[in-house]
Amino acid sequence: MTQQSSSLGRDAWLRLRANRMAMLSIYLLLGIFLISLVGPWLSSYSYEQQDLDHIFQSPGKNHLFGTDNLGRDVFARTTYGGRISLAVGLLATLVSLVIGVTYGMLSGYLGGRMDAWMMRAVDVLYSLPFIIFVILLMVLFGRNFLLLFLAIGAVEWLTMARITRAQTLNLKKAEFVEAARALGYSHSRILFRHLLPNLIGPIIIYATLTVPAVMLLEAVLSFLGLGVQAPMSSWGSLIKEGAEKMDAAPWLLFFPGSFFCLTLFALNFLGDGLRDALDPKSSKD
Amino acid sequence: METALDEQILHFGLGSEPQYLDPHLATSVAAHNILSALLEGLVSEDPKTLKPLPGVAKSWEVLDEGRTYIFHLRKNAHWSNGDKVTAHDFVYSFRRILNPNLGAQYASMLYPLKNAKEFHQSLKSLAIEDIGAKALDADTLVLTLENPVPYFLELLNHYSWFPVHQPTIEKFEAYEKMGSAWTKPNNFVGNGPFKLKKHHINSVIEVAKNKHYWDAERVRLRGIRFYPIEAVYTEERAYRSGFLHLTQSVSADRIDFLKEKYPDELHFEPYLGTYFYRFNLDMPPFNDARVRRAFSLSIDRKRLVEKVLKGGQAPASTFTPPGTGGFYPDPGFGHDPETAKSLLNSYLQEKGLEKLPPVELSYNTSEGHKKVAEALHGMWKDILGVEIRLLNMEWKVFLSTISNGDFTLARAGWIGDYVDPHTFLQMWRSGDGLNMTGWANKSYDQALHQAEISISKEERWKSFQTCEDLLAEETPILPLYFYVHLTLRHPTVKGWYPTLLDHHPYKYVYLAKEDHP
Amino acid sequence: MSKLIVSRFLQAIPTIWIIATLTFFMTRYAPGGPFDSERAIPEEIKVKLQSHFGLDQPLFHQYLLYFKNLLRGDLGPSFKYPDWEVSELIATAFPVSLTLGLFSLLIALLIGIPAGMLAALRQNSWLDYLPMSLSMAGICLPTFVLGPLLIYTLSTQLGIFPALGWHGPSDWVLPSLTLGLFYASYIARLTRAGMLETLQLDYVRTARAKGASSLRVLTKHAARGGLLPVVTFLGPAFAGLISGSFVIESIFFIPGLGKFFVTAAFNRDYTMVLGTVLFYATLIILLNLLVDLLQAWLDPKSREVR
Repeated sequence: MTQQSSSLGRDAWLRLRANRMAMLSIYLLLGIFLISLVGPWLSSYSYEQQDLDHIFQSPGKNHLFGTDNLGRDVFARTTYGGRISLAVGLLATLVSLVIGVTYGMLSGYLGGRMDAWMMRAVDVLYSLPFIIFVILLMVLFGRNFLLLFLAIGAVEWLTMARITRAQTLNLKKAEFVEAARALGYSHSRILFRHLLPNLIGPIIIYATLTVPAVMLLEAVLSFLGLGVQAPMSSWGSLIKEGAEKMDAAPWLLFFPGSFFCLTLFALNFLGDGLRDALDPKSSKD
Repeated sequence: METALDEQILHFGLGSEPQYLDPHLATSVAAHNILSALLEGLVSEDPKTLKPLPGVAKSWEVLDEGRTYIFHLRKNAHWSNGDKVTAHDFVYSFRRILNPNLGAQYASMLYPLKNAKEFHQSLKSLAIEDIGAKALDADTLVLTLENPVPYFLELLNHYSWFPVHQPTIEKFEAYEKMGSAWTKPNNFVGNGPFKLKKHHINSVIEVAKNKHYWDAERVRLRGIRFYPIEAVYTEERAYRSGFLHLTQSVSADRIDFLKEKYPDELHFEPYLGTYFYRFNLDMPPFNDARVRRAFSLSIDRKRLVEKVLKGGQAPASTFTPPGTGGFYPDPGFGHDPETAKSLLNSYLQEKGLEKLPPVELSYNTSEGHKKVAEALHGMWKDILGVEIRLLNMEWKVFLSTISNGDFTLARAGWIGDYVDPHTFLQMWRSGDGLNMTGWANKSYDQALHQAEISISKEERWKSFQTCEDLLAEETPILPLYFYVHLTLRHPTVKGWYPTLLDHHPYKYVYLAKEDHP
Repeated sequence: MSKLIVSRFLQAIPTIWIIATLTFFMTRYAPGGPFDSERAIPEEIKVKLQSHFGLDQPLFHQYLLYFKNLLRGDLGPSFKYPDWEVSELIATAFPVSLTLGLFSLLIALLIGIPAGMLAALRQNSWLDYLPMSLSMAGICLPTFVLGPLLIYTLSTQLGIFPALGWHGPSDWVLPSLTLGLFYASYIARLTRAGMLETLQLDYVRTARAKGASSLRVLTKHAARGGLLPVVTFLGPAFAGLISGSFVIESIFFIPGLGKFFVTAAFNRDYTMVLGTVLFYATLIILLNLLVDLLQAWLDPKSREVR
């Protein structure tokens, strides 16, 4: 059993390594991680250090990425913001991925009445007023950073669950599932061993689409007072502020925006590569 | 925009959708901007100085050392349906806003009237007739005041003093009901230079010239369209693409850019308001005046204004903006980092502390508030070595947090309702609903009361100065700067002058080419 | 089929009841009330206001009253704008949001689905990389960046379309484009992913091997299963689109529903929050039903069975 799974994993890894775009993406992501990690130390300015005599400086020798409306170093703020955005974006996506996929597979696999009510519960969660929900969370639990994941997780898993459910419904009548059932495999084995690998494609793609949504949602939540507090920065909040000043000080949008974009490109090509590598069908080739 | 010149339609950035168009329920600047087109009070205002000019009243007499006013109403003042505006309409209106069942937020604006406060707050058992407003006949109105109020006539230009049309109110049973259809376009009956033509919520409010207005000959605009554009950047784009003649505001971050591109259209106009922070005196460390003063003295307000705000605001060294009603208080809140440090040190030594624990600064979420908070965060860290934690909150959460006293240091702002120091200094009376700092000072209350009952200007200024001195000495608040009204205004808008309250009587406004006289 | 629809409608009743109940109590427990303002209201006036709007009644009593009125189809007046009924405000704003939503969706589908299909059929060629990179760029540019960019280029610089407002069809272009391009990016990626799944299914591969033309394979075989993820995504996405977008509305100054969703919560406009939530819930339930029906129709196997 372990023998088999490790060889599956190794096969996937070998296939992934053969994918140039995916490997390039991995290196790029590692680079972004690294610069976010060490960037704030590399810069001779801290992310919160103000210099009111040098505000809105365009990129140059002293400030590689320029300065903002309080004379703070945009390089320091962008890389510092990367730590937060990457952590929030990846972790919250992972959380919503795990919840959404499990819930969706169960709902689709169980079917019938159970499926109907599980999906109505999703409808309920879709409809509740998000702003009020977040405000109440903060009233009940204070300004806990972990709440950020809870609040984001609460909305982001819903569509994931619906997509997974649709795929499961579609696949559960497929021959290989019928076969597995005939062999008397347990439900969890059928779900995770047979079904999951076959619906992984759309899930991975949707997950990579969730990452940017989460990073931007973080900026909305900080508006409500949850999560990142000024003078801390995140890509979401930097992009939002940069967008408002883009014709007067384009570098405020350009640099955090580029980091955000590069991360998304890398994640997507990596996602595509992973999809191909994990696809059980492709091994038949 | 060119066609607008011939049409004489002013396109006006309103900033936000007014909650009410009922003058007795309205509470916002946006509502003022609409209501001053639709209604007119006893007096009107000079477009440059805001000094009272004849309005519905063509003349008035002041008796009893300023305790009684007799207004003689003009015979040709009409409602937009042709009815005559009478003294009874005003009595009816004053009674309506003071009726406690209406729940009017601005009823206190009428408290100078005799028995008004007692009636409104049901302090004494009074009949509605006891309120100091009587109609001798259709054209003569007598107002009796509790105490002389030097700025009484100016006060009458606040919309809470505007009249409403009795038959309309009664038709919609709106005498003591908030929320009614009488303010909708086909129902609204007003007595101002314009009448309500269209109201699409969040989209446009349109007014058109009212031919029944007594001074209609002077009105040159054929109409005004008010657009409630809330996002400042959108409003700026609207202006730049020729959609608006004037904007309600301009984002502080855009000033440099706009100064360069629209040097003649960007206006910095004084505005009667103070931006400040409240200390919570019930919470350490701000229960000690030394710490409060240290926080105040370590701020370089000039630098804050010049480097961070950059909108021509004036640094606030008093709470009352200098020149309010002619009052120039001596500066009390200064900048002295050395004294600040020693004050804080003496506090720390006494408490046996190494350094101050982190202080929380609460503000409601907005780019502008954040920028100020971040700048002060830097100054306090540099000079006092204090760690400040910024807590931004959504507006209603912020309000309930502050009024529950659940803060240590919080952002605030105050816009004067009338041009007199009283509108500012009254809020620091012990236990006043607006105080919220926990500061209670007997001498202050006494000085304020003295100012309220004094008649001579000198005596009033002296008492107000005592109030200012006490504020500076005790520092329950931290005045930062005096507001400026920042706006983009097209050069074709004529007859529009900067005024302290941002009032612009529309009957003097018109559109004309730049070279036109 | 009709059984599914009937049972869904039966399920909708308790679902909406739960949503309304939860929302009712959530809004009431959120700090701050509709009458809080920077100018603290004197206590006695606050009491009057509360009793005028029935807020002085016990909470459960208010809840029952709200439901009684709801059953009669009465959503009550807005707390923030008491001169207006909630239903009146929604009815004025919805047509605006519906128009904007439909046009955005049209743009999103017309661009997203062909781009995704093309990319899937020509996987790992430039016909794959180019549209997918463009779609990534679309996702990188959130609406609050893309909107002002489009205004700057197509309005300020070139003067083709109005920068803002909502008066005639020319005003629809920029906001629909802003929203549509964003959704097109999502749809393109999901289409590609779904198509890649089905293109590898045995029966599709068989059809391809038998020499069926690409187009035929695409439409007859692969598209049905391949569009599944997109269709599922579209249910809630479409509900979101036609119930308005706060960001788009504030950038382009459009009097749509999105603003009410956001400001009602900020204003603690209790009746408006409930009104918009109920409206949205109905949309979600209807559209998710539609999606499930479409799924059943798209599913090749369930068709074979029939």
